[in-house]
Amino acid sequence: MAKRPEHSAPPEIFYNEDEAKKYSQNTRIIEIQEEMSERAYELLLLPEDESALVLDIGCGSGLSGSVLEENGHQWIGIDISQAMLDVASDREVEGDLILGDMGQGMCFKAGSFDGAISISAIQWLCNADKSNHVPQKRLYQFFTTLYACLTRNARAVFQFYPENAQQIDMITNQALRSGFYGGIVVDYPNSTKAKKYYLVLMTGGVQQQLPAGLGTEESNTEQISYSKKREMTKNIRGKDVKRSKDWIMHKKERRRQQGNETRLDSKYTGRKRSGRF
Amino acid sequence: MKLLTYNFLTSKCIKKVKVGYPLKLNIMEQKVESTNFNPEFIQRVLPRLDWSAIKIAADSVGCQGFPDEINLETSTNDTELLQKLHHLLLEIEVVTGSLICPETNRIFPITNGIPNMLLNEDEV
Repeated sequence: MAKRPEHSAPPEIFYNEDEAKKYSQNTRIIEIQEEMSERAYELLLLPEDESALVLDIGCGSGLSGSVLEENGHQWIGIDISQAMLDVASDREVEGDLILGDMGQGMCFKAGSFDGAISISAIQWLCNADKSNHVPQKRLYQFFTTLYACLTRNARAVFQFYPENAQQIDMITNQALRSGFYGGIVVDYPNSTKAKKYYLVLMTGGVQQQLPAGLGTEESNTEQISYSKKREMTKNIRGKDVKRSKDWIMHKKERRRQQGNETRLDSKYTGRKRSGRF
Repeated sequence: MKLLTYNFLTSKCIKKVKVGYPLKLNIMEQKVESTNFNPEFIQRVLPRLDWSAIKIAADSVGCQGFPDEINLETSTNDTELLQKLHHLLLEIEVVTGSLICPETNRIFPITNGIPNMLLNEDEV
């Protein structure tokens, strides 16, 4: 299994110029990032024909921002990697870029944004890259400051790659502690490759239902489901009457009475042939 | 960095800073890039803008004609004001300069249009 990038180096070092270049040249990476951004945008439920202001956390080269631009929204992006931000400004994205660490908190005025989006970023907060880092504290600091800078009735959608169930628990616990409500939406839970985790958080206001993940509907196959009833009635009826010894003897007797040519009875009558035959 | 972002940025993430707003703005190099005027967007963010920060921004880039006070009810339909705000907030880009925390005087440099808001370990 491929090594997780969080284990190799802290994000500001991992996303160096070489790695950043991939995000502007590698079509496969771009495609996956865009697909996830579109799904996250869908979950964000922004007003359709109005232009909103969205915060992009871990914006990187601005691929997720491009999705927001296409839908006519303004965005401000924050990322810890200078190399990734340089790629973004080379791409001439419309959004504004800030170099910052999400674990140190979101340095914005209260009630600034209509929503927040983040693609493959929060799992980085689960690692302690420096001696003074405490993942729980950094997550809590991040979520509380994020909660403050969102408006009422706003949503924050995070696509992330959890390493294990404990990470999911840790992230959601800290998010719920900070005042958000919401939870995890899993797309294609039965597929190893297409499976994607989205943390959908909502600030107060009207209670909304958590959306269902993609590919979670009941699959209707052509097979008939197993039912115990059939098996039971079969046992009640007992063994098949036809072709039993009694049945054969009865038939023979009847033929004799009718005057038809009938073979003599022997110890072999009505017996199964051996397998050798 | 656009001045819209400036209007939202604070330095409250630094330890012991209470408000950290508005930041002092020091511009060395700026450029203007025209974008499409979208009055609905300006109307939407208008209630969230801080007028004292708008005045600081307008003074430092040399934009004139902003009133001292803002009346939200009348200004949402004031196209001239919305257009001026659009120019100030979305068209002017600070390329080089710095932001200064009003409480601790910590300097956040802006290079290549990107403000560096990273803090050192002892400041968090």
